[in-house]
Amino acid sequence: MTSQIKSPPLKNCPKTVIDRAGLDCLFDSLRVRGFTVVGPTVRDGAIIYDNLGSTNDLPMGWTDEQEAGSYRLKKRSDKALFGYTVGPHSWKKYLFPPRQRLWMAKRQGRSFSIENNDPPENSKFAFIGVRSCELHAIGIQDRVFIGDKFIDPVYKSRREQAFIVAVNCGQAGGACFCASMNTGPKAESGFDLALTEILNRKSPYFVVEVGSAAGAEVMGDIPQRQLAEKDEQAAEAVVAGATSQMGRAMEVEGIRELLPDNPDHPRWEEVAKRCLSCANCTMACPTCFCSTVEDTTDLTGDHAERWKRWDSCFTMDFSYIHGGFVRQETKSRYRHWITHKLSTWHNQFGSSGCVGCGRCITWCPVGIDITEEVGAIRASLS
Amino acid sequence: MVQPRKPKLAVWKFASCDGCQLSLLDCEDELLAVAGAVDIANFPEASRAVAKGPYDLSLVEGSITTPHDAERIHKIRRNSKYLITIGACATAGGIQALRNFQDVREFISIVYAHPEYIESLKKSTPIAEHVFVDFELRGCPINKMQLVEVISAFLNGRNPNTPRHSVCMECKMRGAVCVMTARGIPCLGPVTQAGCGALCPAYNRGCYGCFGPMETPNTPSLSKWWKKLGANDPDLVRAFRGFNAYAEEFRRESEAHEVR
Ligand code: SF4
Ligand code: SF4
Ligand code: SF4
Ligand code: SF4
Repeated sequence: MTSQIKSPPLKNCPKTVIDRAGLDCLFDSLRVRGFTVVGPTVRDGAIIYDNLGSTNDLPMGWTDEQEAGSYRLKKRSDKALFGYTVGPHSWKKYLFPPRQRLWMAKRQGRSFSIENNDPPENSKFAFIGVRSCELHAIGIQDRVFIGDKFIDPVYKSRREQAFIVAVNCGQAGGACFCASMNTGPKAESGFDLALTEILNRKSPYFVVEVGSAAGAEVMGDIPQRQLAEKDEQAAEAVVAGATSQMGRAMEVEGIRELLPDNPDHPRWEEVAKRCLSCANCTMACPTCFCSTVEDTTDLTGDHAERWKRWDSCFTMDFSYIHGGFVRQETKSRYRHWITHKLSTWHNQFGSSGCVGCGRCITWCPVGIDITEEVGAIRASLS
Repeated sequence: MVQPRKPKLAVWKFASCDGCQLSLLDCEDELLAVAGAVDIANFPEASRAVAKGPYDLSLVEGSITTPHDAERIHKIRRNSKYLITIGACATAGGIQALRNFQDVREFISIVYAHPEYIESLKKSTPIAEHVFVDFELRGCPINKMQLVEVISAFLNGRNPNTPRHSVCMECKMRGAVCVMTARGIPCLGPVTQAGCGALCPAYNRGCYGCFGPMETPNTPSLSKWWKKLGANDPDLVRAFRGFNAYAEEFRRESEAHEVR
């Protein structure tokens, strides 16, 4: 999938090599250009995304072990900066913030006036360490938020200004299945720069692929050397390693029919016994885009605000229409979620809604596994 | 122009620790606005003066534990246009509802020198078991911002924004790392109603269930997972018997793990 925001095409993506000092330089150069540099860092027992002061904030020497319903931070035996897979956060928290004030209104006698007087926010982010599955997830949200008639202005402004430094995965996590979804582990497009971290024992270095004119311009500031054949081979080996280690797999053949054709399958009852309808899966998912609005007033009633916040198809209110809740049972909510992700998303947006990042599997508090649920329905029919 | 009469607000206390009333006093920045918007007719934590009813809005804190209180709440209801209960005691019976699982007469005989003076009901019960309640604001204690939201909603004739979904949604929205998934710490967040902003998980603790059962709590499934994390039946009984022990779904779950 290609993202809706097209970087100016670059003829035969130039590749070079930088070292750790070069990476420091990249951070500086992004900052000088006015970007807030955000990326992976260790916090509260996980690798999350937050502001990065320097490359020292990167999770050097850390990795993660992931299973259904379980994530553990682990020490690595080397000093890899990007030796982990995706964690609880995703870039959607920057492009599609969890809470946004849409507008404010002031009472004016018997009428009111709407004011949008928020100061322009600094929303020029440089994302460091975006994985291939995440590039695809951003592409999917581009389609939703800015790829059609109705444009989300906040998303658009943040997205257009974002500078994306991708990282090719050197290992796949226990919940990853991008290889089956055709979304990784190698970053193919949709980035300004893409790094492959080569862990040679002396000093780790990075093969850099330039993906846009903006990326090329930034690279102009960075000390680098020419790519040698052995660097290229090393980079290929890194990605091949990740591909061979996928923690999970999803059989996608015929999936668009499989789920909607089986609305009464007994498996839905079974998963509903375990599902907490807690919405962790949808909060963690990098493609889930649902939101609701909350209108509020102050005590005097002279001032009103409309806020938009993340919502989830697992809540009751989500399916409330005049007269009641449409999806009352957990069974119908889980079925709705997975069917939309894997099947009806195609009809609606022309692609799958799942990029195989595994977040919904790892961060489900009771370890419900999207690949296992599909597998169970498939197996029972064959 | 004649100013419209300000709505009369009264705060009532039943069996409780006063913590929820204090949340109102704690609204430092908003308190003046509250005082400007309503006439405070009765507020035991702030003043001893009591203005006569009827009241436009009664905030009721505490649970019903004595025959006298069981009477008193009816009088308050009759005198109130709107009645909103605040806090786990008023909405679920509170921590004192732990007595509901035991024989309270036995405690009385052990604790008091003259048990014959003590008139106490067998159970500590939420206000809604006695009178019609217009709205229940959960929490132990309630969240003061939610209280201001509920009062503002009442004053402006709109619905309050107090979602009934899980604490997990607040947890993820604030970017906290799930303590159950990343550290194996048992957490009640998935079955507990939002409202605190996921305070405990943000400080590396599991949720204690202060806001009571969320809209569709699947407590048996969560208990199963807790056992995988090493909790046993007595742990589960204790976890579900907190401030909201007598809330229907939590009560059933704790009873399911009682070793007889
Ligand atoms: S799903 Fe693929 S691209 Fe995403 S983190 Fe895992 S290996 Fe990397
Ligand atoms: S559905 Fe699950 S695996 Fe697929 S993109 Fe969302 S979080 Fe990742
Ligand atoms: S699938 Fe898991 S994370 Fe999603 S709502 Fe159900 S229990 Fe929560
Ligand atoms: S820490 Fe608790 S409240 Fe937060 S996501 Fe995990 S289970 Fe839910």
